Amino acid sequence: MLKKTPFHERTSQLCEGESWLDWAGHLSANSYELDHSHEYYAVRTGCGIFDVSPLYKYHVRGRDAMALLDRMSTRNVAKCKVGQIVYTAWCDDDGHIVDDGTIARLGENFFRLTTAMSLLYWLEDVGFGMDVEIEEVSQEQGALAIQGPTSKVLLQQLADANLDDLKYFRIIETKLAGVPVRIGRNGYTGDLGYEVFMDANDGLAVWDALMEKSDEYKLRPAGHIALDMVRIEAGLVLIDAEFMSATNAMYPIQRTTPFELGLDWVVNLKKSHFIGLRALREEKARGPAWTTVGLQIDVVALEALYARFGMPLILPYHSWTDPVPLYADAKQGRHIGKATSGTWSPILKRYVALARLKPEAAKIGNSLHIEMTVEGQRFTVPATVVETPFFDPPRKRA
Amino acid sequence: MSNYDVIIVGGGHNGLVAGSYLAKAGRRVVILEKKKAVGGAAVSEEFAPGFTASSCAGGAGYLSSKVVGDLGLKAHGLAIEPSEAVAFVPQSDGSQLTIWRDVDRTVAEIAKFSEADAKAYPGFLAAMRPMAEAVSGLLEITPPDLPEVSWSDFPSARTMAGPMRRLGRKNVSQFLKTLPMPVSDLLDEWFESDVLKGAISASAVKDISWGPRESGTAYTLLYNWALSNSGLFRSSGGMKGGMGAITQVLATAARSFGVEIQTDSPVSEILLENGVATGVGLAGGDKLNAKVIVSGVDPRTTFTELLNPSRLDLSVVRNLRNIKYRGSAARIHLALDSLPEFSALAGSADLSALEGAIQIAPNMMYIQRAYDCTKYGEYSPHPYLDIEIPTLSDPEMAPAGQHVMSITAKYVPYALRQGSWEGHREAVVDAVLSTLAEYAPNLRDSIIHKEVLLPPDLEERFGLPEGNGNHGEMSLDQFLHMRPLPGYAQYKAPVEGLFLCGAGAHPGGGVTGLPGHNAAREILKATR
Repeated sequence: MLKKTPFHERTSQLCEGESWLDWAGHLSANSYELDHSHEYYAVRTGCGIFDVSPLYKYHVRGRDAMALLDRMSTRNVAKCKVGQIVYTAWCDDDGHIVDDGTIARLGENFFRLTTAMSLLYWLEDVGFGMDVEIEEVSQEQGALAIQGPTSKVLLQQLADANLDDLKYFRIIETKLAGVPVRIGRNGYTGDLGYEVFMDANDGLAVWDALMEKSDEYKLRPAGHIALDMVRIEAGLVLIDAEFMSATNAMYPIQRTTPFELGLDWVVNLKKSHFIGLRALREEKARGPAWTTVGLQIDVVALEALYARFGMPLILPYHSWTDPVPLYADAKQGRHIGKATSGTWSPILKRYVALARLKPEAAKIGNSLHIEMTVEGQRFTVPATVVETPFFDPPRKRA
Repeated sequence: MSNYDVIIVGGGHNGLVAGSYLAKAGRRVVILEKKKAVGGAAVSEEFAPGFTASSCAGGAGYLSSKVVGDLGLKAHGLAIEPSEAVAFVPQSDGSQLTIWRDVDRTVAEIAKFSEADAKAYPGFLAAMRPMAEAVSGLLEITPPDLPEVSWSDFPSARTMAGPMRRLGRKNVSQFLKTLPMPVSDLLDEWFESDVLKGAISASAVKDISWGPRESGTAYTLLYNWALSNSGLFRSSGGMKGGMGAITQVLATAARSFGVEIQTDSPVSEILLENGVATGVGLAGGDKLNAKVIVSGVDPRTTFTELLNPSRLDLSVVRNLRNIKYRGSAARIHLALDSLPEFSALAGSADLSALEGAIQIAPNMMYIQRAYDCTKYGEYSPHPYLDIEIPTLSDPEMAPAGQHVMSITAKYVPYALRQGSWEGHREAVVDAVLSTLAEYAPNLRDSIIHKEVLLPPDLEERFGLPEGNGNHGEMSLDQFLHMRPLPGYAQYKAPVEGLFLCGAGAHPGGGVTGLPGHNAAREILKATR
């Protein structure tokens, strides 16, 4: 049976369509209203509140806590200051990505790690022989992401701390509506936003205090569909869409490296050691086999295809994460990669996708062809390699 | 500049053997031993005034004959005197079964329990011996690097095939069937007497944590058979002075080849430069460098205490964490003011039956039941006791007229399911002594002194993780190319410049010298 998050008592009341998905063994709403549009727009114009409690959460404490995470992370964790959060990937010995997540340094020898996959056995192996205490707090901690342009003013009404002092990718301990919480200035939406962690027992108090102000600050509970659309707009990779964890891969072709995912910026090859370093150095020297880019799909061409059937343009109702073939030419002669996630962006009025491409086809401005199906017939539509993030407002880093 | 080509960490018997071969081949070798004397787990120590025992390892007759010959150990004083008795198995009803080296004599003994088994016994020996020889052939090879077999592995893969080919087509299938069997099933195929099955199966389990009904114990029977000096499933006889005398001979031989042995020299770490082992740091602060570092210490200690495991690949760490150790026996030494009188020998002047091993394991199910307790983290109330009375052949190990009895008591887990060992020590001793009293009623009154070493004590005193004397369980999944770690079974550690020569490497435990012998061969190959 799927577990219920600390907020389930409220979210289950709000989930009108009873549309749930299994997120790490928890009931998690796809959308609260039957249509996800309001939730999507809330994140970009007001703010959305996401129950992200199903994330796996670990506390790592002790003399070697930093050493453990530094051995695991592709980044230099020593540079992460107390009160800072870093996004990171971690790999197996062969440099294939296992998962990505955030490391928050809560004290000199105290870190919090959030991950998409259960990681306890991995942490225990990484920390073998080290002086550390690894505690999984996935059930003990509730987590809410409050994301969107009004998130800051809303939280400021309830928080003891002055949020002006909380910079991008920083974290503080404070109280929210009198409840002890940790607030991180980060998120998975590419917008101004915060992640609030609290004791699971205090979850409803925090939820209620926030929802009391929902009308005033255009706050809406938002589900997965809206989250997936905004993360694609933000150009953020997702496990089981852009990559499969190396620990789940059954075949070599299913494994991916951080370089292939365009995560070069989180890989520090100058470090003297981390798991996968040797393989990643070799990969860097020979050049990755794939690269991950943004695509913009030619909607006018797609419209013309629909016109052949006497139909108006039909755009996808929400995001998709099934792989779609990419070709160098319209005749589908040369396969050059696959689109891994895509969405119509209602804010940008662009049909965008993330794609895994052969490096030679990945130059910004390069044209290629993506497979599209209209009325059960296959066609290709032109697409162009473009910069990501597709959506990148200045307030994201504010 | 270093004075040495090779530094060996640990002066146990395998370190001494490896050092001897390397020095013999012209390498400058130093062995660093943390204790006052070399020998590792194969030492003789005074445990009570005037009483000396083989403190940890017993079983003298397993030293590889190739090692004995290659190193000229007999010329250095090695003299293992075989006893006619291999195993004396008393019964609580006053009867007894003795396994003798002499097959006809044993057949007559078995006939007391089963005529059919007496007839079957020679056939059993004849069927098992070729398999033991096949195992023997596997013990001296360097295992192939499975699963990534390369061209360089073909010679060893061929050596692996050699002993099997010699078995012949029919016997190979029998051999492959036998290896993973429980020894109980194997013996059930041959015999009806549970007394005889107990006498034989004890040899299969005396050094491992399992009982005779567990898979893979047929292999451990063959392992002991392959190395035994009696042509049977168990060696017999000892050397004057106990196990320590054997390692003293090895040390003498090593020095004669030019090995430098430094005792009282505990190594605190193996030093790395750019990921390559280049030397060792001593507890006193000194550093020594050499081209090759060899660890005779068990794999877990080598990689977690002498090295920082966080420099190893994660897949290696995972395999390392999964090495099964599982000590399962207590070692108890008794100082006796007189020779114990076994009821089964009452009135007999001939005590030669006691010169081999005394197995308090009246039948096979008794051993299995003793084992069952440890599955649940408890010690056996009716333990299987494997006993030597070394003073029968070497009176000098005790004051005149007095005796030493060394007992390996099984099964005693490393950790109790509930609580600590505090307060249970006496209960273990009591279980042992009351079990013994069923077979030798006067024994308790003749005890002058006793020394009790539980698995945690063996760990502490002899550096044996979990008190396992084999540096890792002798199970089929920790055998050949899987010992000590898959991918690292060729004596090379997962750190360049570092080799392993102890019982944690193929072929494993027992005072055989073979891991040391095999490791030296690989080190010479790698440093040509």
